[in-house]
Amino acid sequence: MIAIIDYGVGNLFSLQSSFAAIGQEAAVTRDIDEIRRADRLILPGVGAFRDAADKLRASGMDRAVKEEAAKGKPLLGICLGMQMLFERSHEYGVHEGLGLLKGEIRPIAEKIPAGLKIPQMGWNSLKIVKDSPLLKYSREGEYVYFVHSYSAVDCEESLLAVTEYGADLTACVGKGNVYGCQFHPEKSEEAGLRILKAFCEMEVASVC
Amino acid sequence: MITKRIIPCLDVKDGRVVKGVNFQKLGDVASPVELAKYYSDNGADELVFYDITASAEGRALFTDILTETARTVFIPLTVGGGINTTDDFDRVLKCGADKVSVNSGAIRDPSLVGKAAKLYGDQCVVLSVDVKRVDGVFRIFAKGGRENTGMEAIEWVRRCVGEGAGEVVVNSMDTDGVKQGFDLELLEKVCGAVQVPVIASGGAGCIEDFITLFRALPGVDAGLAASIFHFGEVRINDLKREMQKNGIPARI
Repeated sequence: MIAIIDYGVGNLFSLQSSFAAIGQEAAVTRDIDEIRRADRLILPGVGAFRDAADKLRASGMDRAVKEEAAKGKPLLGICLGMQMLFERSHEYGVHEGLGLLKGEIRPIAEKIPAGLKIPQMGWNSLKIVKDSPLLKYSREGEYVYFVHSYSAVDCEESLLAVTEYGADLTACVGKGNVYGCQFHPEKSEEAGLRILKAFCEMEVASVC
Repeated sequence: MITKRIIPCLDVKDGRVVKGVNFQKLGDVASPVELAKYYSDNGADELVFYDITASAEGRALFTDILTETARTVFIPLTVGGGINTTDDFDRVLKCGADKVSVNSGAIRDPSLVGKAAKLYGDQCVVLSVDVKRVDGVFRIFAKGGRENTGMEAIEWVRRCVGEGAGEVVVNSMDTDGVKQGFDLELLEKVCGAVQVPVIASGGAGCIEDFITLFRALPGVDAGLAASIFHFGEVRINDLKREMQKNGIPARI
């Protein structure tokens, strides 16, 4: 069973439906026991980093996520959920993330030329940087759906794919059993569903 | 490279898709869920559902349709029609909408855009405007194009974007249903006034109209249409191939 962690940000109906579409049972949950029992975890998120990080901490689920990830349970962060996997974010101040991946979140405005719209909203293509179990069904140049104003930087160690929006922006990351997509696989049609399917097929790694 | 989006719009009344020509004469096309799936399978980048039902029964039917669509279609879904309060935002977001479009509701309560943006994020709030030239000035019309508010269009769009609208759908009532191309003059003004994505609506009659749009106005992010897609006059896949041939980035 997959646990979609519900800490009060965003609508998780589409995400849950996308797993159903690939024949996987996913529960939207805020029950720590259920998170501990799940085979794999999804950390979703939309909105502002600080608000989301505060809510996750207030729910106590942040510790459960970190501990389960440390045990080798596959974890996939999506959009803001992916950003929270990193050490910190510079969205309206400096806020601490879960620190599961090395790197930080900075405004895309610092990287892209002036004149491009922010947020990046729409379908953009993936440039695969490194082979990974998460992208085993993905093709170079495949389009996925993005909505974001911030992106991960200094994350070379986990970088799997980038997307070009005036500059290369982090699209996909992964290290060990911890993965993240800046885009929305649940809104990226077939290309997105294949990424979710790949995630569902990952072996549960042994404790490092 | 980010692509230009092609968005079919489904007007839904009493559980069926309809399309108004110049906002009159409604004709039934198909089941919204089936049509949505068809479009998603055939290259639509996003879908817009407008609820044009007035009754409570119709509204409940609409949310059922929305839920069913979100279960089977995995591209972004924008919902509009009858959005007057943040509770309305909540109602459609829970049924699987990704973005919510406000039109008359924002005119009635100008604080709605700001309130919704704070609750759900700018990316979730789409401002939709019906614009018509009156004595040479672009004016905002309310209530599905039936009422001239007297407000100057560009000023209104700028104000709502300032409040937090993350995207703007610009529907020209002068070109809507006429199938002679998008309203480039109006769209250019809007693109010059705001930095958020702009979606052109009203006037597409053939593939060439989209090519002209994206070539003339690089600031336009997406083209929206209804009847030409519903009646098969333009197939989205054909349109996108033609866009690519013309150097306009499209997802195929």
